Amino acid sequence: MSAVWTVVVVTGVGTLALKAAGPVLLGGRPLPDRAARVATLLGPALLAALVAIGTFAEGERLVVDDRLLGVAAAAVAIRMRAPVLLVVVIAAAVTGGYRALT
Amino acid sequence: MAEERSYRHGARAIVPLAIAVFGFGVSYGVLAETAGMGSLAPIVMSTTTFAGSAQFAAASVLAAGGAAATAVAAALLLNARYAPIGVTVAPWITGGVWSRLLHAHLMVDESWAVAAEGGGRWNPKVLVAAGLGIWIAWVGGTVIGVAFGDVIGDPNRLGLDAAFPALFLALLAPQVRDRAPREAAFAGAAIGLVLTPFTPAGVPIVAASLGALLGLRRSEP
Repeated sequence: MSAVWTVVVVTGVGTLALKAAGPVLLGGRPLPDRAARVATLLGPALLAALVAIGTFAEGERLVVDDRLLGVAAAAVAIRMRAPVLLVVVIAAAVTGGYRALT
Repeated sequence: MAEERSYRHGARAIVPLAIAVFGFGVSYGVLAETAGMGSLAPIVMSTTTFAGSAQFAAASVLAAGGAAATAVAAALLLNARYAPIGVTVAPWITGGVWSRLLHAHLMVDESWAVAAEGGGRWNPKVLVAAGLGIWIAWVGGTVIGVAFGDVIGDPNRLGLDAAFPALFLALLAPQVRDRAPREAAFAGAAIGLVLTPFTPAGVPIVAASLGALLGLRRSEP
């Protein structure tokens, strides 16, 4: 098997194993009380990390760039109770618009 | 809460993100082909691995002449976050093994985020519908990129890279009204940012899970 296909197959199997571990092994029943409280807080912790890394990470560097403009505009829209769809469009429009102008 | 959300809601909620994902799918197809992956392998990988950043990382390693093992390691490290993400949705994924595998396969950052019902609850129907929408966009974009090359140009030029953190922020906001989840969120973001310069990509998000433990102290009765 060529190197490329090795990567495709092993990454595919490995990724599904990572994704399926929770649903297959723990799925369909409530977690024990203490674990459930941790799992409840896992969502906010992971989402916040996705926000922070998606805004400031460039590979393994931290940068402040025009993505922050879009995300800041999104934060204002969220404050004003805009629907999620509009928030996403505003972020792309502000960052893309700024890039088009510079 | 209003009416219970179903497949329809997931499909509708994911449309703007699916458009952005399609754009990145095209650039992945272009990059993967230039990286010497051929035309079939990138499409098969989008269908099966179905994880954007990991696929970009693997293609970049191969493009730079790196070993297969290095490409796999980089990709799986980036996907390691799906283990804790899978734990969050697990209690709501019922059915047989095949059904659970299907739910797991369609669980990507975006479909997971829109499936959040708040308070640690997740909606499997929204997860599946949104995940299917993202999957179609990602695979379709890859096919277009491989077949026709750079038809869209750099998706970042359109600001699509800002759409993803904006989505996650919009879905995070209603979940952090109480003190414990708010502290977990701040801790998760801080851990992610602090580790970014010092660890391989993928590690900071997995480590951000520890933010949940910090928040837990607040939720102890």
